[in-house]
Formats: sequence, structure tokens, C-alpha cells
Amino acid sequence: MMPELGKYAGAVLSSYAASLALLALVVAVSVWRGRRVKQQLAEVEARQGQNNG
Amino acid sequence: MIALLIRDLRLAIRAGGGFGLGLAFFLLVAVLVPLGVGPDSSVLAKIAPGILWVGALLSCLLSLDRIFALDFEDGSLDLLATSPIPLEGVVAIKALAHWLVTGLPLTLAAPVLAVLLNLPTPGYVWLVASLTAGTPALSVIGAFGAALTVGIKRGGLLLSLLVLPLYVPTLIFGAEVVKRGALAMEVGVPLLLLSGITAGAVALLPFAAAAAIRVNLR
Amino acid sequence: MSFWEYANPKKFMQTSSWALPWVAGLSVLALAGGLVWGFFFTPDDYKQGSTVKIIYLHVPSAMMAINAWVMMLVASLIWLVRRHHVSALAAKAAAPIGLTFTAIALVTGMMWGQPMWGTWWAWDPRLTSFLILGLFYLGYMALWQAVEDPDTAADLTSVLCMVGSVFALLSRYAVNFWNQGLHQGASLSMDKEENVSDVYWFPLLVCISGFVLLFLALVLMRTRTEIRARRLQALLARERLA
Repeated sequence: MMPELGKYAGAVLSSYAASLALLALVVAVSVWRGRRVKQQLAEVEARQGQNNG
Repeated sequence: MIALLIRDLRLAIRAGGGFGLGLAFFLLVAVLVPLGVGPDSSVLAKIAPGILWVGALLSCLLSLDRIFALDFEDGSLDLLATSPIPLEGVVAIKALAHWLVTGLPLTLAAPVLAVLLNLPTPGYVWLVASLTAGTPALSVIGAFGAALTVGIKRGGLLLSLLVLPLYVPTLIFGAEVVKRGALAMEVGVPLLLLSGITAGAVALLPFAAAAAIRVNLR
Repeated sequence: MSFWEYANPKKFMQTSSWALPWVAGLSVLALAGGLVWGFFFTPDDYKQGSTVKIIYLHVPSAMMAINAWVMMLVASLIWLVRRHHVSALAAKAAAPIGLTFTAIALVTGMMWGQPMWGTWWAWDPRLTSFLILGLFYLGYMALWQAVEDPDTAADLTSVLCMVGSVFALLSRYAVNFWNQGLHQGASLSMDKEENVSDVYWFPLLVCISGFVLLFLALVLMRTRTEIRARRLQALLARERLA
């Protein structure tokens, strides 16, 4: 299944690996921070809802 | 406005005002580079234009945070903002004061240091010309960076990070003028572009800097 | 129904929560499809060998690195003129994505340059301007980080973004002037002569749309996070006062 990459296999594969890793990193950081903020907000909203009501 | 200029100059020249610090740094760069690169005079002649320009640029950077920081701390910036002089004018005057105590001495000192770096003879005129044309832009761009970071404690490093990319065009054209001048080539185009950048920066950036200061004083 | 409705954070949150899964899903599809097509099913170039496959990452990320900055510029202008908070937060959200794309463009460019030009790094105009673009992103993000008051930070970064755009353009022309460079010309210009051939062009198009969609999805997601973070700060401040 793997295509024949010839003598440039290293360059091609490492570019794909590096790029996908960087993309995965930015997605992971965004998702992680999004979840954390969402959770914290939910906690605070629940707490304040009790205080007010 | 003249009074403000004189006041700023006095403050800068007074002990602890940072005057001379930039010059000393410039001298250090010009001394350290040959020590690091080696004494081969042909190599030095080749890199001299770039080293002199980078040295001038870094020396300029050293005193930028003083442009507004002290006035911000003791509240005189608030007074200046409410005074009849437009804030854009205040920024321009402060940039001018910064140039008089850093850019101008650097320009005058550069030919002396160029001797240390073995700059070819035809380059001297263009070195002085390019620094004269380029250093005002360094001061005005620096004033803009200082205006952005004036409210931030210990903003010195951030200021450098913000300002250095903005210095790129000035650096490239400035060093290009000297490089071509040293080889006795035609220098008109880069010198004009360099002066164009300076003129544009001097004309427009005070407005951006004044806007930033108004935001910071809010 | 006007575009400005989305300036209302609540409206933005509603619409984006509906749109986000679609955009994200489409971007994954397009990216996976384009990259698999490009990687497995396109022939090698007669001159560049298999390194031509790097184009599917290099060109879209380079395009989006610039487009992200343009988007930040537009969002900053909207913030300065109309004072919509969502706009400022979207600009803030876009910066790290743009930086990542810049990094991808630089890294793939280096790995492509090594076998083709015989060097990892050449002070070529395009490479140099991308390095400078990366510095602009860093400075912009650092300024957001450093200023505590969110509205002040939004104003200052917007001004920086506008001034930075002018200087980024100037730098582009300056480095062009300074060195003619090794980089090939535009691969996507309307001029057919210098264009890449169709075999590479179609998968590349799919990859570009994938990157565009990915950028959109990430901006939506990160803007949602920023809006929530802003609300969280406000609630915490109220708690401290109470």
C-alpha cells in the first residue's frame, strides 16, 4: 500500500509527520482549553445560581 | 512644545537618564564582533555594514522603554494628555528627544567604529547618510512600541519582541545602502526607500502611538 | 437577518454550536481525503521526485498563515470601529492557529529545501518573510498575554495588528529587494504557464479547502472558549464583590 518514495522518503515522511503533529498539537490545545473553561464556567454558574435562588 | 523637548533632553542627559548607555553598547558590539569573528580584515570589511546597522538598531532598543515609562509612573503623562498640545505632538516630540540622545550620537560615532571594522573608504559617506535617514524611523517606531507597552510592568522584553519585526525594513534598506556604498555601487534606490519608510513612519506612527497611549491612560 | 447579529455573543454561541460540528467534520473529511489522495495516488514529479507530495501541506498552510493574519486585521478593524467583543475575541483566537500554520509552512519548506536546494535554510525572500510573519504572530500573542484588562488588550492588539500589517508588507518588499531567492513562483496563479499540472492541482485544491475549513473550525471553537472565559472572569469578579 505504501507508495514508492525513492531516495526522498525521509524528507516526505518527516514533513507529513511534523505537520500532522503540529496540527494535532493546536487542535489538542484548543480542545483541552475549551473543555476546561467550559467546565469551570459550569461550576461557577451552578454555584452562583444557588446563591441567587 | 520646545519646553517639553528641552525638559526631555535634560532628563535624559542627567545621571541615570540612560544617555551614553546606547553609545557604550554600540562600542561594545563593534569591539566584540571582530573578537568573535577573527581579525581577517577582508571578512570584517564584508560584514561591517551589517554589523554597524545591527549594532545601531540594538543600541536604539536599549533606551526605548524610557520614552514614556517614567512619565507614566509619576503621572506627568496624564498631564500631557490633558494639556493643550495634541498627544500626537507629544509623541513626536518625545521621539525627537529620543533620537537626539541616541540616534544622532550613534550616527556621529558610527564612522569612528567603522574604522575598527575596516569598512572600505567609499562606505563612510553612505554609512552616515543611511544612519541619518534611518535612525529617526527607529526612534518613532520605538515610540510606538513604548506607547503600546507603557502600562505593562517589566514590559522591556515584550517591547523588544514587538519592535524588532517592525525594524526589519529599515535594517534591510539601511544596511543595503552601506553595503552598496562600500562597493562603490549605485545607492539611490535603497536610500530613497529608506527615507520613504522614515518619512512614512514619522508622519503616521505618532497617531497610532497617541491612540495607544489614550487606551493605556483610560 | 444581518451579519451583525453574530456580534451578539449569545447569538454567536447558538449559531456556532450548530455550525461547529459540521465545519469540523467537513474539514476532517477534506483534509484526510486530500492528503490521502495526494500522498498515495499522485505520481512523482520528473524533477523533484516524491518531494512534490510536500506541496499538499506546504502551500495550504502558507496560504492560511497569511489569510489568518488578514482575518485578524479585519476582525481588529471591526472591533475598533463597531466595538463588538466577539470580533476582538475572534482575532485573539486566530493568532495561535496562524502561528501554527506559519510553523508548518516553515518546517515543510525546510524539509523540501534540503533535498531540492541542498540546504535546510536559505535566506530566501519567502522564507525570510515567513520567519518575520512568525515574529509578528509571537509579538501579537505576547501583547494579548501581557495586558490584564481585556478591553485595553483588545484595543492595543488591534492597533498593533494594523501597524504590523503595513510593516509586514514593507518587509516582504524589502527582503525581495535584498535577495532574489531560490523559491519557485506562484503555483496557483491564474497564469497557466507557471501553474502546477492538473494531477497535482486537484488534490491540492481539496487540501486547501481542508485547511480553510480547519481554520474556520478552530477559530469558531477557540472564539467560543474565549467568550466563555470572558464570562467566567465576569462571574468570578462578581463573586469577589458579593
